[in-house]
Amino acid sequence: MTYIAKPKFQHPGLPKNDLGYTRRDYEGKISTLCAGCGHDSITASIIEACFHLSIEPHRVAKISGIGCSSKTPDYFLGNSHGFNSVHGRMPSVLTGANLANRDLIYLGVSGDGDSASIGFGQFAHSIRRGVNMTYIVENNGVYGLTKGQFSATADRGSKSKKGVTNADSAIDLVAIALQLGATFVARSFSGDKTQLVPMIEAAIKHKGAAFIDVISPCIAFNNHAGSTKSFDYVREHNDAVNRLDVITGREPITVDYAPGTVQVVEQHDGTRLALRKLDADYDVHDRLAAMTFLQKHAAKGQVVTGLLYVDAESEDLHDRLNTVDAPLNTLAAKDLSPGSAALDKINASLR
Amino acid sequence: MSVQSPISSVNDFVIRFANVNGSGSASANELFARSILRMGVPVSPRNIFPSNIQGLPTWYEVRVTEDGHLGARGGVDMMVAMNPQTWDRDVASIEPGGYLFYDSTKPIPASKFREDITVIGVPLTAITNSTYTDPRQRQLFKNIIYLGALSALLEIDPKVIEQLIGEQYKTKEKLLASNVHALHLGRDWALQNLKCPITLTVKKSEKVGDRIFMEGNSAAALGAVYGGATVCAWYPITPSSSVADAFTAHCKKLRHDPETGKAKYAIVQGEDELASIGIVIGASWNGARAFTATSGPGVSLMQEFIGLSYFAEIPAVIMNVQRAGPSTGMPTRTQQCDVIACAYASHGDTKHVLLFPEDPAEAFEFAAQSFDLAERLQTMIFLMLDLDIGMNHRLCRPLKWDESREYDRGKVMTAEMLDDGRDFGRYLDVDGDGIPFRTYPGTHPSKGSFFTRGTSRDRYARYSEDGAVYADNMQRLLRKFETAQDLVPRPLQANAQKPTKYGVIYYGSTSPAMDEAIEILEKRGHHLDRLRIRAFPFHSSVASFVADHDFVYVVEQNRDAQLRSLIVNENGIDPVRLVPILHYDGTPITARFIAGAIGDHQDQLKVTPLKKVKS
Repeated sequence: MTYIAKPKFQHPGLPKNDLGYTRRDYEGKISTLCAGCGHDSITASIIEACFHLSIEPHRVAKISGIGCSSKTPDYFLGNSHGFNSVHGRMPSVLTGANLANRDLIYLGVSGDGDSASIGFGQFAHSIRRGVNMTYIVENNGVYGLTKGQFSATADRGSKSKKGVTNADSAIDLVAIALQLGATFVARSFSGDKTQLVPMIEAAIKHKGAAFIDVISPCIAFNNHAGSTKSFDYVREHNDAVNRLDVITGREPITVDYAPGTVQVVEQHDGTRLALRKLDADYDVHDRLAAMTFLQKHAAKGQVVTGLLYVDAESEDLHDRLNTVDAPLNTLAAKDLSPGSAALDKINASLR
Repeated sequence: MSVQSPISSVNDFVIRFANVNGSGSASANELFARSILRMGVPVSPRNIFPSNIQGLPTWYEVRVTEDGHLGARGGVDMMVAMNPQTWDRDVASIEPGGYLFYDSTKPIPASKFREDITVIGVPLTAITNSTYTDPRQRQLFKNIIYLGALSALLEIDPKVIEQLIGEQYKTKEKLLASNVHALHLGRDWALQNLKCPITLTVKKSEKVGDRIFMEGNSAAALGAVYGGATVCAWYPITPSSSVADAFTAHCKKLRHDPETGKAKYAIVQGEDELASIGIVIGASWNGARAFTATSGPGVSLMQEFIGLSYFAEIPAVIMNVQRAGPSTGMPTRTQQCDVIACAYASHGDTKHVLLFPEDPAEAFEFAAQSFDLAERLQTMIFLMLDLDIGMNHRLCRPLKWDESREYDRGKVMTAEMLDDGRDFGRYLDVDGDGIPFRTYPGTHPSKGSFFTRGTSRDRYARYSEDGAVYADNMQRLLRKFETAQDLVPRPLQANAQKPTKYGVIYYGSTSPAMDEAIEILEKRGHHLDRLRIRAFPFHSSVASFVADHDFVYVVEQNRDAQLRSLIVNENGIDPVRLVPILHYDGTPITARFIAGAIGDHQDQLKVTPLKKVKS
């Protein structure tokens, strides 16, 4: 429905953020996805998170692969550059973009077909490298654009809309991300905006590879009985380990928490994440325990959500490569060409 | 038995070393080549190596050539036979009257030799074992010992070799002394026990001049440094891995901030070729100069992204060091076999810019230029190297850089231009050259952003499946490709000494063999005008060169006459007028081959008078 122009009119009383922008300034084109699609809720959460964080709307690079999920960057942050690249290759394109300019915020949007099948390798390697990004998988367990084939995240034994039972084991991207060394790993549900919005904010503020698996039911092809990615199933089986509040700036934490129920994590830039524990034993700094916890709960058919792991001392690919502070794309010939005198020396060494 | 007099030559012969790979022979052999070069005599060395690390046969060939013929010659005047596995064919490959140099420690039956060659036995193993006890030392120093013996036989100045060893082991005095000792062990044995010199000798000359000795891959990598590449993503593949290795080494020396020590570059070894080209395209989209280095199989894997680069108009550079295909083919053998695969890479209607450097000096220049072209044209540029120039040291003119040179970043709309009210359409042809403006991500808070996609879109980057909109864009891409014709390096023409109806077209690493073949052909009375193609799309002078001659030979190192097909296809030329001369066995093309093939064809063209046929 791109032929419908979005009205530019906005209410004069719309709330503004620290930079003076309204939520409308973070919107994009009108979505062309099915009415009720979980992905549109994620789009709304991204808009909300960027508004809250007072990000300059043009300082984000939105990069995606191919599929329903990968279309969504057109529907938010209309003043940012977007790149709807090649199926399964968002991670490499994002890695390159990030290397070129370390000063932008990189938002990678992908789907389960894009990241768990054709792009499984790129997903894995971008996380291994610690690319500074927010990597969101809009996970619905099916190929929507091609009308309902199972994806690699579909649970074994779950049923397709046509009644076929999935015989293959599922890939749990969260478990893989933990194993690969992601320094921020979370799972949420598109139907739970109060959980998802602060999670996206925290991921954007995280330095390094931040991965969020968002279960996002496909209203057209995967929202029936027998599916484990339907709205009903996820609501019933959602096992949230914590709730998150993101506190930017220096202001003190004013919310009253019951003693012993809150864990505060301070990230690189000073952002504090206040984690209200829902599961008293869950420790977001213990990678090994997180992996075990996930496996145990998955075996019981539960969908564990929340911030599952965070390393506040994380580093990113630029740290590992020891690149200069200035974005590489701003360097000119005088910075990059060693000059003719250096070349004469090289010539002399080759005789 | 015919009495064969030994081949006699000063500064003009071919010596081949037959070794086992992994035995440390490479550095001794390179020392041999460099020592001759230091005596002012041009050499052209070539590694003939297996796709293996240890234990398989490898050869190193040095063409000593006072006349500066740097192409492979064919034939061997002296064989240094150090590999029993290949003994029979090594001995068989020696020219009649040539020399066989071998390790005579163990007796070899007379039937294993030939009577029409001169056999020189040196008990290398015996000399080595009586001096060294450590097995690794024995292996390494044996190579230096044969180098010493050869210096006596061929009259190579031992002081020159000592100096080279000194430069190599500047900081490792112990190694320096032991290498010099080994050199003299071999040399003294030869002087005392053999008739020195033989009839092949090296004499000091002044023919090298200020030329440098360099591998094409290293030169291309240096061109990327000078050309402003800041992002390199690659995946290991023979014969291109040394491009990334060299880029890393050059950057370590030349691209660190002197104050902070931080890197003004980023190199990522990708998980595969798809990731490598994806990183390059992401970086280029975001305004950095980026490249990857690969070979045929890697180009095959990159197809989808190459199409994206073409259609979404994202600059990128691929250095393709060609090897023999198809499939895995012969990974360590040279060919020019990816011309079509690169020119029309990816699905749908595509055309890409190709650059064909002839040697390391041009590899440097074209590599640097490829980034200007990529950003000016906003498209993929292929730098078409091959194993022959990429992985062998080649004598070439010194590298030059104009200090005042600025990079051509192409049409980039800035925040100021946007604020001035300039109309920004990402795919809008504002100048009639088919090239639109682009903006870098993050340029302006409210203007100039767009959504990059591989799907069809209108001039303002808005998604569209309208046929007319699609066709309009495809036509503009053709106009852009026409613009490229005048931006890429032009063909170079050299006319024969006498007016002629015949011409020859060639490109890339064929150059030195072609130049030498022209001399041979002229001696046979065949005169040819030459055109060296340096880029695709073809400049208009290519079509006029063909039009100006009755027949034009197209010399290539592939089976299917790929450049010829491209010329026929792009210029609508009658294929009959382009005669393919094809060499594709994986060895570098030689002057003997070219002269033979063209000479035979020319002889056939000579009209025999009817009277003669009747009588």
